[in-house]
Amino acid sequence: MGHDHPHDHTDPPSDPALRVKALESLLVEKGLVDPAAIDAIIETYETKVGPRNGAKVVARAWTDPAFKDLLLSDANTAINSMGYAGRQGEHMKVVENTNTRHNLVVCTLCSCYPWTVLGLPPVWYKSAPYRAQAVSDPKGVLAEFGTTLPQGSKISVWDSTSEMRFLVLPQRPEGTDDWSAEQLEDLVSRNSMIGVEVALTPTELKAIQAGEAS
Amino acid sequence: MNGAHDLGGMHGLGPINPEPEREEPLFHAEWEKRALGLTLTAGWLGQWNIDISRHARERQHPVTYLSNSYYENWLAGLETLLVEQGVVTPEELEQGKALEPTPESLTSKCAPASAVANILSSGGPCDLATEAPQHFKIGDKVRVIQFNPTGHTRAPRYVRGHIGSISDYHGSFILPDENSTGNKIGQHLYNVSFDGDMLWGPGNDSTIHVDLWQSYLEKA
Repeated sequence: MGHDHPHDHTDPPSDPALRVKALESLLVEKGLVDPAAIDAIIETYETKVGPRNGAKVVARAWTDPAFKDLLLSDANTAINSMGYAGRQGEHMKVVENTNTRHNLVVCTLCSCYPWTVLGLPPVWYKSAPYRAQAVSDPKGVLAEFGTTLPQGSKISVWDSTSEMRFLVLPQRPEGTDDWSAEQLEDLVSRNSMIGVEVALTPTELKAIQAGEAS
Repeated sequence: MNGAHDLGGMHGLGPINPEPEREEPLFHAEWEKRALGLTLTAGWLGQWNIDISRHARERQHPVTYLSNSYYENWLAGLETLLVEQGVVTPEELEQGKALEPTPESLTSKCAPASAVANILSSGGPCDLATEAPQHFKIGDKVRVIQFNPTGHTRAPRYVRGHIGSISDYHGSFILPDENSTGNKIGQHLYNVSFDGDMLWGPGNDSTIHVDLWQSYLEKA
């Protein structure tokens, strides 16, 4: 229902599953929406467009200095050259973590997120607590994710108030000098590209893989 | 507008409670998938733009906005837009049944499944040239104007009246405040950096970067 009519906001909301079903059948009946197009959208974000795209971009930047320079100076050209382009990635900026600077991305006003490289945002990114706290207490946010920064590292928070979309380039973990880009991709978590965490260490990755195999 | 969506700095909302990355499903219910798909496909009918649709979500009653999940807010916004733009009638929405004929000018815009890949990978760029002069350059000190528009804006409350410095110039982009009323104009867009202690008080040593259009800013 629209919310332009007066009503008591303590009423339990009607079941969204029923409302969505009714709305879809209405729009299909009116010839405005093709249900197969909805299926195609879902399939795109379930199987094609997700954080593995971003991990490939980061791993390439870690192993290809010319690509990294391009990524930091002209993110769209760099990212588009890998075949990632489109909705919610039209205008990209990549911000690099260093020993003294850690970057964190938020959208306080809604839930803007770089879909082309990270896919659809996780629930916590869209939640009121994250959107409220990321700009005012980023250290507290990192603490909740169990992330501690080295002494002397300061935080830059990027609030996505325009159509620019931000991607964090995490630091390459120690002990990966002989790793290929393909191997490095596994260390690039989605959360490290939002900035609430850092990239996985080889030891952490091994522990995760052991846990998933058991 | 000073709505519940403008969340930067709000207290009392509880912990973030993130689901572990490797355990979180992409969707938490089947209906969320359809809500996403309906929002996108209905948007492709071309009856509203991104700022009109953001404003439809953010002008819900604050209690409703904050109680809703993300996709519930999308659904509420979509229902509002469909009725306000005359795509469906309130009775049709209520009953989930077509009661009026749909004009060909609308049905002709229905995107088939075969068009989806191309639409998603093309996206919708939001840069738009302006002939107006650029007032600020990188390094300039600026103050965000003190204003409280009742319509849509992308200047969050937590930076209004505060001084920051221009850290980047993005080019000229569609101004959301006007776009939300259907008026598409380009305006210079800057990234402005603010010291954490200036916004939030002593002890905050972070830097907060906010993209702000030229009309939100004055020389400090």
